[in-house]
Amino acid sequence: MADLEQEVLARIERQRRLKPRFRDERITMAHGAGMKATHTLVAGLFEPNFSNEALADLSDAAKLEIAGAALAFTTDAFVVKPLVFPGGSIGELAVNGTVNDLAVSGARPIALSAAFVLEEGLDADVLRAEVGAMATAAEFAGVRIVAGDTKVVERGKADGMYISTAGIGVRDPRVDLAATSIRPGDRILCSGTIGDHGTAVMLARGELELDADIDSDSAPVWNLAESLIDRVAPSLRMMRDPTRGGVATVLNELAQDADVGIVLQEDAVPLQPAVKGACEILGIDPMYVANEGKLVAVVAPEAADDALTALRSQPGGEQAALIGEVADEPQGMVLVRTGFGGTRIMDMLIGDPLPRIC
Amino acid sequence: MKFVDEFRDGDLARSLATQIAALAEPGRHYKVMEVCGGHTHTIYKHGIEDHLPETVELVHGPGCPVCVIPMGRVDDAIALAKLPDVIFTCFGDMMRVPGGDGSLIDAKAEGADVRFVYSPLDALKIARKNPDKQVIFLAIGFETTAPSTALTLMRAKAEGLENFSVMCNHVTIVPPLKALLESPDLRLDAFIGPGHVSTVVGCRPYEFIPAQYGQPVVVAGFEPLDLLQSIYMIMKQLGEGRAEVENQYGRVVPWEGNMRALDVLDEVFELRPFFEWRGLGFISQSALKLSDAYADFDAELRFDVPGVRVADPKACQCGEVLKGVIKPWECKVFGTACTPETPIGTCMVSSEGACAAYYNFGRFARSKARTGS
Repeated sequence: MADLEQEVLARIERQRRLKPRFRDERITMAHGAGMKATHTLVAGLFEPNFSNEALADLSDAAKLEIAGAALAFTTDAFVVKPLVFPGGSIGELAVNGTVNDLAVSGARPIALSAAFVLEEGLDADVLRAEVGAMATAAEFAGVRIVAGDTKVVERGKADGMYISTAGIGVRDPRVDLAATSIRPGDRILCSGTIGDHGTAVMLARGELELDADIDSDSAPVWNLAESLIDRVAPSLRMMRDPTRGGVATVLNELAQDADVGIVLQEDAVPLQPAVKGACEILGIDPMYVANEGKLVAVVAPEAADDALTALRSQPGGEQAALIGEVADEPQGMVLVRTGFGGTRIMDMLIGDPLPRIC
Repeated sequence: MKFVDEFRDGDLARSLATQIAALAEPGRHYKVMEVCGGHTHTIYKHGIEDHLPETVELVHGPGCPVCVIPMGRVDDAIALAKLPDVIFTCFGDMMRVPGGDGSLIDAKAEGADVRFVYSPLDALKIARKNPDKQVIFLAIGFETTAPSTALTLMRAKAEGLENFSVMCNHVTIVPPLKALLESPDLRLDAFIGPGHVSTVVGCRPYEFIPAQYGQPVVVAGFEPLDLLQSIYMIMKQLGEGRAEVENQYGRVVPWEGNMRALDVLDEVFELRPFFEWRGLGFISQSALKLSDAYADFDAELRFDVPGVRVADPKACQCGEVLKGVIKPWECKVFGTACTPETPIGTCMVSSEGACAAYYNFGRFARSKARTGS
């Protein structure tokens, strides 16, 4: 490779490491996609204004120490369209999404709050069904919904309903998960097939005239997280739930936060044939498509096999796989070894091709 | 997945790579242009350059439909989108292309009703559902996509759909190739011919390239093995001193093209006397507009558009990139002022643009990557 090209690349990487500044004039759909534009909004506007230690990680949940208790605290809003889709619905998502942010932070989910923004004219049976779905999901995940709020907005706003949940959990003392603990040589695991949720919702909208039997993977992942803690706690570096932005975005964030390179084996990533086919037809890379019942874990190399066994022994983890490893270089980037025998970068995207999926 | 995995087989790739390397004469440097942006995308996405000897260089060509749209046309599109009671439809790629002042996605955030569609027929559906709105479709692309625009227009006419119109930016493939071959700043050895365009126009239109310029053309498919095989066929021609048009993509591309599609194009479109290409300037008879029979559906006639030519930003070197004169990373603003988040030039916007493909997939030091696991 020409020296000049190397220089140009080094210059670009320096620039990319600068703290993002939020300079956009208006909010576009890209700001809500959980990718680069969202990152710029959060790191360039929210984080500097709310500046505090617990927020600084910008991880899935904040770590708090309150009166000697090690807690995790998080919140999430749900604006999925349509409200009901194969394999789940907005109510179920609203519980699992927040439960999973706690779970991948190494915290047993304890209690949730739920705020409802309802559209004037919403069929009460639709609301009944979603509240029922929330109750069932909460029971299944072992959490209680202990506080809430209700607002109603005029007809034509809020697409039926929006739900926002917040959750609190107790952190397991056996782990202290942090991206900064990730080391070259560590292995990366994914708990199952990727892209199921985003693909299911996209097809459920019926705009694409594409039919396939794909269900959302919406599910709580605490059992998966706990199995890893039980089995390989001292070697467990970090967990994330690859929701909006998919596995690709999560791996990019880990590579940047830990200042390491991540090398992914494309062939090793579990993928349902139907999801692969739908994404192929639509020109979307499933690596960027949302999951709602999966986790990505980074473990020390010697614990990789045990971690895989632990995940595979759990419901929802049967198809877990080792998908890559951590390397010294290139720092802050994710490289993909393609099945074709080539190498490429897997960068964060700016915006999502599929908005409003959760 | 059937019909996909077969064309991405790593073992076959390595075997082809060995044969290509064997055909490369020591001391000779080969410059092969892939004309089509879809090929550029495949090359980076699958890491095809990892299978080629260093002396075989792929040069990215002008065949990215989004990349060749000049800024003035984007401004015209935005002006149309901002008209009252208009629903403006386009392919997703077009939404981020910067004009003189913002992009269609910015216009959308400011209140314009801009929607992305997968097909012009989707735009027609929107028109049927919204009889009180004017629905405009921004048509872009080479002969590949022009037939679907043409069929959509024929259907709109048959239905008497009065609230549908098209802003036509369709371009043709041969004139820019001629312009490239006449350009003094680029010396090429051969062309990888555009596969999807050729499903419509066939292989004959490229015969002037070997005949007048002595360079081989191999029309290629879009899977990674298609590309490697076409490079092998090119190397074989060069090794044997042949220069002809060959068709690697025979499973899709008929030699004579698609006569019905060509007839449809003839009926609905006519050549513009000239059209501005981004970075390449005005090229005569290189683009299509709606024929007289379809003039009622021409958005540029139905509405007022500014039609002002906007000069490209000084720092932007998309023109040189499109002509293959420089590599994306050689552009002064590449990756710093011009990124996928804040693109200055079109090549950084489209997934088929050489700059975006290189930035998103190829922006790493291969030497370092090889030492990793």
